[in-house]
Amino acid sequence: MRIPGKGLIDETQVSFRFDGHAYEGRAGDTLASALLANDVRLMARSFKYHRPRGPLTAGSEEPNALVTVGEGARRDPNVRATVQEVYDGLVARSQNAFPSTSFDVMAVNDLLSPFLSAGFYYKTFMWPRAFWEKLYEPVIRRAAGLGALSGEPDPDQYEKAFAFCDLLVIGAGPTGLMAALTAARGGADVILCDEDNRMGGRLLAENEEIGGMPGHVWAEEVLDELRDMENVRLMTRTTVTGAYDQGTYGALERVRHHRPRGPLPKSCFWRIVAKRAVLAAGALERPVAFRNNDRPGVMTAGATRAYLNRWGVAAGKSVVVFGNTDDTHRTARDLIAAGVHVPVVVDNRHDAEPQGDYRVIAGGHVVNSSGRRGVEAVEVAHANGRRESFACESLAMSGGWNPSVHLACHMNGRPVWNDAIQAFVPKPGMIPGMTAAGAANGTFSTHGCLEDGQQAALDALSDLGRKAEADTLPPAGDAPYRIRPLWAVPGRGRAWLDFQNDVTVKDVKLAAQENFRSVEHMKRYTTQGMATDQGKNSNVAALAVLADATGRAIEETGTTTFRPPYTPVPIAAMGAGGGGIGFAPQRFTTSDAAARQSGAPMIEAGLWYRPSYFPKPGETTWRQSCDREVRMVRDAVGICDVSTLGKIDIQGPDAGAFLDFVYTNMFSTLKVGRTRYGLMLREDGHVMDDGTTARLGAHHYLMTTTTAAAGNVMKHLDFVSQALRPDLDVRFTSVTEQWAQFAVAGPKSRELLQGLLDAFTPEDWPFMACGDISVMGVKGRLFRISFSGEHAYEIAVPSRYGDSLYRELIARAETLGGGAYGMEALNVMRIEKGFITHAEIHGRTTAFDIGMERMVSDKKDCIGKTMSERPGLMDPMREQLVGLKPVGAVKQLTAGAHLYNAGEEPVRENDQGYITSNCYSPTLDTVLALGFLKNGRARHGEKIRMVDSLRGLDALCEVCDPVFLDPKGEKMRG
Amino acid sequence: MRITCPICGERDIREFTYQGAAVALDRPDPEAGDEAWDHYVHLRENPAGRTRDLWYHSGGCSAWVVVTRDTVTHEVFDTELAEEAKA
Repeated sequence: MRIPGKGLIDETQVSFRFDGHAYEGRAGDTLASALLANDVRLMARSFKYHRPRGPLTAGSEEPNALVTVGEGARRDPNVRATVQEVYDGLVARSQNAFPSTSFDVMAVNDLLSPFLSAGFYYKTFMWPRAFWEKLYEPVIRRAAGLGALSGEPDPDQYEKAFAFCDLLVIGAGPTGLMAALTAARGGADVILCDEDNRMGGRLLAENEEIGGMPGHVWAEEVLDELRDMENVRLMTRTTVTGAYDQGTYGALERVRHHRPRGPLPKSCFWRIVAKRAVLAAGALERPVAFRNNDRPGVMTAGATRAYLNRWGVAAGKSVVVFGNTDDTHRTARDLIAAGVHVPVVVDNRHDAEPQGDYRVIAGGHVVNSSGRRGVEAVEVAHANGRRESFACESLAMSGGWNPSVHLACHMNGRPVWNDAIQAFVPKPGMIPGMTAAGAANGTFSTHGCLEDGQQAALDALSDLGRKAEADTLPPAGDAPYRIRPLWAVPGRGRAWLDFQNDVTVKDVKLAAQENFRSVEHMKRYTTQGMATDQGKNSNVAALAVLADATGRAIEETGTTTFRPPYTPVPIAAMGAGGGGIGFAPQRFTTSDAAARQSGAPMIEAGLWYRPSYFPKPGETTWRQSCDREVRMVRDAVGICDVSTLGKIDIQGPDAGAFLDFVYTNMFSTLKVGRTRYGLMLREDGHVMDDGTTARLGAHHYLMTTTTAAAGNVMKHLDFVSQALRPDLDVRFTSVTEQWAQFAVAGPKSRELLQGLLDAFTPEDWPFMACGDISVMGVKGRLFRISFSGEHAYEIAVPSRYGDSLYRELIARAETLGGGAYGMEALNVMRIEKGFITHAEIHGRTTAFDIGMERMVSDKKDCIGKTMSERPGLMDPMREQLVGLKPVGAVKQLTAGAHLYNAGEEPVRENDQGYITSNCYSPTLDTVLALGFLKNGRARHGEKIRMVDSLRGLDALCEVCDPVFLDPKGEKMRG
Repeated sequence: MRITCPICGERDIREFTYQGAAVALDRPDPEAGDEAWDHYVHLRENPAGRTRDLWYHSGGCSAWVVVTRDTVTHEVFDTELAEEAKA
């Protein structure tokens, strides 16, 4: 019910829908305040018992009023109606109810509640075991739960961002405003975050004066000053969700939850790095546990005042107030001043006096509520035990306030109990660089908050080396906080603690009785505090009940662990930009466009995209294209972009010594103008990578790495150079992106280059030669190296010429009966030649395993040498690289298949090795494979059985040398 | 977490790649024997408290940095270039 003339929001009308009905609200309303203004208070059903529920609070701690906002793939489940702002066209609906919130068939759970106590699932669904997965769990999952995701990809945009400041102020109530103002006037860079859409905190919800004006007017004046300062950033709708190491804070900004679809992202996840921070997050009010305290219409007194003073909405025509502090009387005064009937104020303090024209029951308790879909009456017990009933539409209750210590505890610190305010408060220093102030630190008067906020800012300024002086604080209320503990009202029936997970006082007592006495055990046994609200309203009360049941003090019982995030953060916001194409960077070669124009399907190679094969008209399978490309290279000439291999330019007087140390073989003895194949080990003796390195000058080398390991090798070289051999005078840098490099392979490669290069004399370019060349006037490099086994070259030019050189090479190759070849053909040709890739050097193989132990020079030390000499790594029974050809009826060999001796059962104990690479060789017209076989080098000619259990293959094959084609290398050397 | 690169200044942890204990700096002589090499390559302490470990500023200047920090509180006490820690 809206009260004319009340509230701080304007009169602009907005239309929205809830559960199919159209309603009018006002700009500035939350969904909860707008529905309450329309006298709708049943907004949800509870998690377990499907009890009817209305809003309990007016903030982000709301446990009950969870709704689904939006439709289709854009729907957002479990949105707190107390946070969601209404706008024209908002569509929301209730959840966890079928067919509707007012008639929900699952409410039968409520009648079954005697059987659904804490630990019910553990006790009931134990047996039979097989029923759990098939029957119990699906049924329970369907019955329980909150809102559901759409199951479709989320089409909304999210964003992430970074910010830096001297001082981060968390919360913009009186404390935060004062802290931000003081720090900003002192010249610090300030970020002020508040989760609400409007700054001011409780000043927007209370009748409270600061400096002789209404609190919200004072707040607006402060904000006006802050808005005009360049060193201040005000961030509304931004919840600081976590405190992390070294002054890093996570924060979620709701960018577009409060307006219709548009170009903006839905939310933005901020990482804020602050030299200092002030936690001015305020306090959260505690409900009181009594029988049927969960009826719609029962809400915290602070929420009642917020709805009334900020949104001009009365929770009912008549409201009973129940509490244990002077806030109880503040609530009664506000309600009466707004014309709401207050039948009675129940104050559990025996010395309570009326502070206005209303009746007070001192030392009394509300013991029960009644009503159908909401509260219609409450029953009150006087101090002497006499019962009295009061008709009312709402109950405003307060068990006192809990400082919002959450962020202070995110680095595993535990808060301390303060007996005077009956609540936990942060200890200083729990988060380095962060100070709690105001209500978050247990200071509840407005004056105290202003003073605290100012002091926290002055301390921060002083830490930051800035001089600042305290201004005179505006006068503000400074009444003491007088509280008498009030957690759970004794009596029969169910009294709710955790409204969201339906945990009652009985459940906590039962946990204690069944010896789940530790607070962490009680939590897990009852699910107390494990819902999306993380027990913001209920944890401390549950602790108090547990403490009482176990005969301990609250401080002795301790709290559970506070973990980020403070409020739920969508994964989509944290991972913004990382979905789909944004998952990983994409690297494209200079020939990418040309390859795609030829219709080549691209495959990923690390972050790179490389052509798989180049289909010609009439070719319907990849094999047809691949076989043709292999024959083309073997018979004529083929072109392949090999720019993706890592290229590292190494220079310095000690470059040779450096390479001698990282490679197993010698490079300092390599002649200028020559290239050598090198093998690199890890320090544990296993192979890290291989590739060729060219000596371009006396102090100048160019190393190539495999595509996949380029980053790792660079990191390794940096480590060796900086951490192991800083004495060596050598510098290196990656030039992978700077050079476009193409393989020109095949018997006609020489002929192709003769027409292309300026002044090319083939005799000057023997096998493994390298050096500078000129390509149609462009300076480039030529390497006489081969990964195909053919007479071949690799030609490199600066990347900006890559595209045109590639097209030129293809055109010239085509006139010679050649053309482009892709990764499939490249792979077939290297298998035919027994060249290894990371399929073979997969991290567990040694130089010995791949038959390269002679490449480990005994003339020098190198990385991995000592450990590679361990007897176990030289054992002849190790699995060694072999070639395999099928010789039985099954002509298929598959990578990943295991090898067994013929006649032995194919089980792990009999394992002889495995296949790493396989292909069909059009050159040899047979299937080929590379693999590792125990003592394999001594077993050439043997028949061995291949079993692929995954694909159901069982083939007999012959062991042979891994080099299937041209074992003497006459073609590539010739 | 924030780490101060001696070259680039204070940076977010995501610019760095963790490697392991700074033991890796003290590479034994090839003839130091099996035990020394076993310690160097395989054996690592797992302390709750102060550690010295190696981070690579992969998203920055490529410096290898020795970070002295506390694994319990995550406090960073000191950072220095591996190159200089070695010298």
